[in-house]
Amino acid sequence: MKAKGEYLLEALNIVKVFGTLRANDDVTLKVKPGEIHAFLGENGAGKSTLVKMIYGALQPTAGEFRWMGEKIVVPNPAAARKLGIGMVFQHFSLFEALTVAENIALAMPGPFDLGVLSEKIARVSKDYGLPLEPTATVADLSVGERQRIEIVRCLLQEPKLLIMDEPTAVLTPQEADQLFKVLARLAGEGCAVIYISHRLEEVKRLCHSATILRHGKVVAHVDPTKETAASLAKLMVGGDIHVVHTPRKVTDGKVRLKLDALSLHADGPFAVELKNISLDVKAGEVVAIAGVAGNGQGELFDAISGERHTKAGMLVMDGKPSGNEGVSARRRLGGAFVPEERLGHGAVPGFKLSDNIVLTRHASDTDVVKSGFLQKNGAANVSERVIKDFDVRKGKPDPEARALSGGNLQKFVVGRELDRKPGILVVNQPTWGVDAGAAATIRQALVDLSRKGSAVLVISQDLDEIFEIADRIAVISRGQMSEAFPASQMTAEKIGLLMAGEHEVHTHAA
Amino acid sequence: MDLLLTLVSIIMTAATPLLLAALGETVTERAGVLNLGVEGMMIMGAVAGFAGAALSGNPFVGVVTAILAGMAMALLFGFLTLTLLANQVATGLALTLLGLGLSALIGESFVGQPGIKLPSWAGIDPLVPFSFAMVAAVSWFLFRSKGGLIVRAVGVSHASAHALGYNVVGVRYLAVLFGGAMAGLGGGYLSLFYTPQWVENMSAGRGWIALALVVFASWLPLRVLAGAYLFGTISILSFVLQAAGVGIPSQFLSSLPYLGTILALVVISGNKALTRRNTPANLGQAFVPDR
Amino acid sequence: MRLEKRPERSNAMAIASPFIAFALTIVTAAIIFTLRGNNPFAALYVYFIEPLTALWSIEQTLVKASPLILIGAGLSVAYRANVWNIGAEGQLTAGAILAGSVPVLFPQWQSPLALLAMIILGVIGGMLWASIPAILRNRFNANEILTSLMLVYVVQLLLDYLVRGPWRDPQGFNFPKTVSFSGWQTLPYLTSGIHAGVVITVLIALALGLVMSRTLKGFEIAVTGQSPRAARFAGFSEKSTVMFCFLLAGGLAGLAGAFEISSVVGQLQPQISPGYGFAAIIVAFLGRLNPIGVIFAGLLLALSYIGGEAVQTALQIPDKITRVIQGILLFYILACDTLINYRIVTSSPVLQKA
Repeated sequence: MKAKGEYLLEALNIVKVFGTLRANDDVTLKVKPGEIHAFLGENGAGKSTLVKMIYGALQPTAGEFRWMGEKIVVPNPAAARKLGIGMVFQHFSLFEALTVAENIALAMPGPFDLGVLSEKIARVSKDYGLPLEPTATVADLSVGERQRIEIVRCLLQEPKLLIMDEPTAVLTPQEADQLFKVLARLAGEGCAVIYISHRLEEVKRLCHSATILRHGKVVAHVDPTKETAASLAKLMVGGDIHVVHTPRKVTDGKVRLKLDALSLHADGPFAVELKNISLDVKAGEVVAIAGVAGNGQGELFDAISGERHTKAGMLVMDGKPSGNEGVSARRRLGGAFVPEERLGHGAVPGFKLSDNIVLTRHASDTDVVKSGFLQKNGAANVSERVIKDFDVRKGKPDPEARALSGGNLQKFVVGRELDRKPGILVVNQPTWGVDAGAAATIRQALVDLSRKGSAVLVISQDLDEIFEIADRIAVISRGQMSEAFPASQMTAEKIGLLMAGEHEVHTHAA
Repeated sequence: MDLLLTLVSIIMTAATPLLLAALGETVTERAGVLNLGVEGMMIMGAVAGFAGAALSGNPFVGVVTAILAGMAMALLFGFLTLTLLANQVATGLALTLLGLGLSALIGESFVGQPGIKLPSWAGIDPLVPFSFAMVAAVSWFLFRSKGGLIVRAVGVSHASAHALGYNVVGVRYLAVLFGGAMAGLGGGYLSLFYTPQWVENMSAGRGWIALALVVFASWLPLRVLAGAYLFGTISILSFVLQAAGVGIPSQFLSSLPYLGTILALVVISGNKALTRRNTPANLGQAFVPDR
Repeated sequence: MRLEKRPERSNAMAIASPFIAFALTIVTAAIIFTLRGNNPFAALYVYFIEPLTALWSIEQTLVKASPLILIGAGLSVAYRANVWNIGAEGQLTAGAILAGSVPVLFPQWQSPLALLAMIILGVIGGMLWASIPAILRNRFNANEILTSLMLVYVVQLLLDYLVRGPWRDPQGFNFPKTVSFSGWQTLPYLTSGIHAGVVITVLIALALGLVMSRTLKGFEIAVTGQSPRAARFAGFSEKSTVMFCFLLAGGLAGLAGAFEISSVVGQLQPQISPGYGFAAIIVAFLGRLNPIGVIFAGLLLALSYIGGEAVQTALQIPDKITRVIQGILLFYILACDTLINYRIVTSSPVLQKA
């Protein structure tokens, strides 16, 4: 087959409408063979929507796709794979309970023979430096290893175009370097790559060209090597980036939150055990815990919030041993918590915002619940105050939580806690999946709270965020945590080594 | 020796309807669908099997009508839960309530009529070897074939299966229909062989016991086989003890299968390591493709 | 045609859906009557209208609605919390057994206290029986749907044993029944047909409605049902919610059992309920899992029992039709509830093929 034009893939004037939202509005993207093409934009700009259409998982409302100059319709992912399009999803499309080989078999056409396939997997994964054990169960693997499955799954089909959706968001810096080598090699072999990211430094380093999307529209095609990170960011956001203002810590305050050799058993076959975690968070400072997803962050959050209990002395709040207290008791002691998952953990999706106020404030606020009875007006007042203070945008006065965009709901759940002026605030992934404007608002609010004398603990995967707001940084890996070092002494490189921790040793030994 | 043979054949007769229905439900649940309407599908299979045999004079026609009745009920369940996204627990209960009522209405004219029994050889009817063959077939399908891999994949993560381009709803419809066919057949076995006549509510909770068996067997066909025979034995035990003139009131003996079911659930569910590894992660959850 | 998720629940549909479901049930019932060779209009009249034209049948409807509302109200709270108690029939039986022990063991005790003791024991009996699946779920993670249902069969066999064995009325000509209850062992009647239990039933349903909409307990139950994870984050204990729901629904079912044997039934016998515990599942859903809605749903289901008896007498249609109509009604409710969260979209936005 010979290409008619010089482009491998052309997406021409693509429109995709969801209800009243134009997720893609006249988007055009052209990719040449052997090119690593960055596709940039904020959360919610419409990047994932376009690549899902290229992969056949969604159908466009209008516009057309061309593949090697021929007009095509991609009715489903199987058709895309047949054309030679592979995709590595941001939220992996893996089956945790199945083995590596079974996961890959599900994406392969033709006869079903796990033995033959396993040999192939071993060969290809070794060839590209992405070691994989075909009989391992996915649930037992690290995030980096899971991404390797997705990549090997694509490679086995000898793709002409590989789509990578935010691939480095879940990797350590060292794992990301390894990934860049693989992508460069693939490009050298003539495979095109669509690379979705909002990490501008790596885009500058890796990509040959870039298309930038804002609010569903293409705003620029640029050569990223000729841009600066700041100019790319300005194109993405459509204005100047709000810089978080972090006044110097005045003095070392007293310890408000103390973790003392906190240990917690894993509560299921796929969970992480916490081992001997110690940390002091003082009044007036923001301490961040960095780490790759799935290394015990969720378990640590549950142990601190009180959703799981430990021995009393393992967690001390303002001098009071509280490890065996429940969530409500810890809130009464001045603790406030924001979990990673907004919908279904931090907020009840089908409840109105005013009812979601009751969720975390029923035990501490008598104007929300009084002697067992709900005070609907009290909750509504708090809700309105949070909405005003944090500029939560919504379609109607008191909407259900699920009707809000990710950024606005996150502002609401963070604002709900900050409104209490808590002495101790613990936030897991404060700006995950949130647009730049909301992220800046939230980060500023966290810093401001600490400077008023509260202790703020942030658990985050986002190194940029950590460097922006943290006074001290610790790293969690496989349920164990490093010492917290002053931010000024930390580099991405050093964090990466700590993130790898035991795990790196483990892989080399294997 | 003769007594032993008789005993074995009675146990087989008691175990087979449980085995058939539980095997079907195993496949349904492996695909992530919790159909609590097994009792309703069984009782409809029982009445349709009886009617088919009585009206045609051929018990094998009854086998076919029993299967079709189970599938029709399963289709109704599938339409509500898979197409209309109704709550699976509530819909399963509805299926049972409707099945019990509808079978009583349909069967009213058959009450007291003699039934037509499936032929048997040495006390063994054709559905016994068939049920063993189905254990092997379902085992092979689930763990050795691509189709079974797809069914399991849909059950453990419908979102991932959808992302890879599998038709989650289609796969689940097929799994639900298979479950319905097997439950219908199990019900038909009751009215065509176990007690070849039509009695209202003759399934007597066997559909529920079959559901418990699936959990007890942690969704593994071979363990379903073992569980069905264990329960067949327990239910026969009460007859044997009664016949032996043990001084225990018959009601207490009759409650043994139900108490045994509870005990089995407690023992197996308390073992978290075993159940969590095998439980289809998306069991009972409606699938709505996101945008 | 496909379904599209609404951004929020439709309040209009939440109110309309039980009515649409009932209308569809009427149409389906008409079709069944027609298929059986009956005049559908005549049959529908006898089934749904005629019972409401005479005082005695209205009273009978109210009396039959009482257990349905009591149990349905309890179940509606449990189902809100995703606690699937389907063994209310057994809890009713357990309540009846314990309540019945008073007149059976102390037939001479004639005092308002005897009635009070029966009622309290009825509640306790239902709670005890309901606590078993709750404990098994909390302690061993055993599926409460299956255990609560299995216990129905067990307690029914226990009742069967009692009325055929130790508790059988010695003067009862070997019929499987206990002595008939009389005097202060039965509920006082307000009119010739309506006993005091009916009033208590309505008061309880109203109180539960208040608990669900105005108190932290109701909030806790709703959160536990909608997102268990968020409930834990709020500081609510799932285990205590499970126990609360089982004790509440079980206690109310037991109360219904005590009311039944001290009024309509008047003794213990192998069957003391025509499946109220199961029909109440339909009542709970038809009432939109809201105790106030359950009052109306209970009346409708009670009417379906009376109507079933009426068509049998008047038109020789077997009263089995009642359970069919009830089952169909539940199906339509579940189907119509889809429209609360989803809307039907007729066109699908697929790219026109080149």
